[in-house]
Amino acid sequence: MTDLRSRPGSAGELAARRDWLQSASPQERAAHLAAAAAALRRRDLEMITEARMGHIGGDFSAADIVATLYLAVLRIDPEAPGWPDRDRYIQSKGHASAILYATLAMTGFFDDAALDTYMAPLSPLNGHPDRRHVPGVESNTGPLGHGLPVAVGAALAARLAGSARRAFVLTGDGELQEGSNWEAAMAGAHFQLDNLIAIVDRNGLQQGARTEETNALEPLADKWTAFGWEVREVDGHDHEQLYQALCAVPFAAGQPSCIIARTQKGHGVSFMTDRVEWHHKVPDAQQARDAQEELSR
Amino acid sequence: MTQAAPPVSPAQDRPDTPLHDCRKAFAQALHDLAAKDERIVVVCNDSVGSSNLVSFARDYPGRLFNVGIAEQDMVGIGAGLANGGYLPFVCAAAPFLTGRALEQIKADVAYSDAAVKLCGMSPGLAYGPLGATHHSIEDLAWLRVLPGLPIVVPADPAQTAAAVRWAAATPGPAFLRISRSLVPDLPGTAADLVPGEASLLRDGTDVTLIGNGTMISRCLDAARLLADAGVSARVLNMPWVSPLDEDAIIAAAAATGGIVTVEEHSVHGGLGSAVAEVTATRAPSKMRILGVPGRFAPTGSTEWLFEHFGLTGPGIADAAISLLGKTGA
Repeated sequence: MTDLRSRPGSAGELAARRDWLQSASPQERAAHLAAAAAALRRRDLEMITEARMGHIGGDFSAADIVATLYLAVLRIDPEAPGWPDRDRYIQSKGHASAILYATLAMTGFFDDAALDTYMAPLSPLNGHPDRRHVPGVESNTGPLGHGLPVAVGAALAARLAGSARRAFVLTGDGELQEGSNWEAAMAGAHFQLDNLIAIVDRNGLQQGARTEETNALEPLADKWTAFGWEVREVDGHDHEQLYQALCAVPFAAGQPSCIIARTQKGHGVSFMTDRVEWHHKVPDAQQARDAQEELSR
Repeated sequence: MTQAAPPVSPAQDRPDTPLHDCRKAFAQALHDLAAKDERIVVVCNDSVGSSNLVSFARDYPGRLFNVGIAEQDMVGIGAGLANGGYLPFVCAAAPFLTGRALEQIKADVAYSDAAVKLCGMSPGLAYGPLGATHHSIEDLAWLRVLPGLPIVVPADPAQTAAAVRWAAATPGPAFLRISRSLVPDLPGTAADLVPGEASLLRDGTDVTLIGNGTMISRCLDAARLLADAGVSARVLNMPWVSPLDEDAIIAAAAATGGIVTVEEHSVHGGLGSAVAEVTATRAPSKMRILGVPGRFAPTGSTEWLFEHFGLTGPGIADAAISLLGKTGA
């Protein structure tokens, strides 16, 4: 198994890019993030087409959230992935690994070339992320409902250490059917963790059907509110809305923040958008060309 | 394998032998370490009292997180604290820690290589009268298959304290099985806690008794009874269920006429099974595996259940005699 190493100079590049995005006009910022997210989707599509496996629908619903976090929000250092005071990003929806890997490569945690090994034998880039082999991955996810409890612990650790770092967790919506999330939601509020931010990728679809047909989540915002979180809902494909919400945390002192990002599975490619079969369908050659073309417009 | 100090049988059946609940030594060791190492924190599930953590909570109030009755959350929070540079001791009754949170133990702790110290309190048949929901006779089987998760079953208070100190000093995860069922002090157990090594408590040539935790003093009792019957029994204390001391097992298989394993656990998947994997593949040996046979145990006090399943000096001696093909002890 090859060791993944950070790209020299990437820490400075990422910091400069983040500074620029934070000082840019909303229009400039949104345009930049939209271009970056499109690039991530194109790379993601290549990875999945090559591997003949993956979860493209959930990757594309999360792409704008992940891009906004990594490029404009998170205080991280790709050349020092173990920096103690880094913000923690825990991706509970581990199956959306391709979009995470593409983002880690874009930000310099490792070389882009490694993405070509996605899910190949002995590749460090598993179908679900493995922190033991991939710099930048905080905790191994894949089974659902694991990220939020770990993020609660990370937020407690930050407070105990007197650090200003935050714990961000991205969950799918279907995985909120797992009870462990609600144990953690209670704890996050009980411990008054205002350095804890949950982002729900609310694409409305789970593997087999709509969430509301399977085991309904609505009224989802009310549930989080009732559990003691301060909630904001945004368009999860509107980079400026995402950016403003992510910069506004904590939404209330002494309370954890929840951002419900309304998204579409397969967003960015018309024939994948909001289609349940694209949870883990792999595009054929023509579909891959069509999708690349659409993502390049 | 560690060579112990001169073997002394603690004589379980001698009424003046002081017996101990290892949770006290566990709590004291953790408290002592916490005074010196600020990274040590505790996560528990409404188990401050049952994990003997009242004084920890009093003296280090900001470093104990009681998450309530939520074991999955508890283990995940432990993993998050470890990610933040802390050394979380996650303490809960063994059946709920290992049963309810098994996937968290696998993914968040073992597979993530998080420095979470899982402390399974009151394992085995400690909650005898409460019934099979509260018996933890599956935990070793469930956890033994997880790579990179050392499993320690200490034999007495001194070895329990040594296990806590080892866990705090080791960088990765660990599972400590902290006994509540009463045990006597054994000689040399603290010094004997060398990772992955069994310790020889008594040498012998006819049969080997392998046990750990609450069962090892009973193995010594059995060895005394066997000696009276003219059978020379080797006694190995095997606190490390993972990694296992394969060399000690192979040596025992070669030097004695059979192996009897004894554990406060199901006979399926625990210490006996681990030993049998070694003998079956590397050192064929006659074996008996003593523990709770493959069924849910009935209600009864811990001591009654030990008697019921033959987990006593005489019961172990009988099994050894039968293994060797001799008539009754």
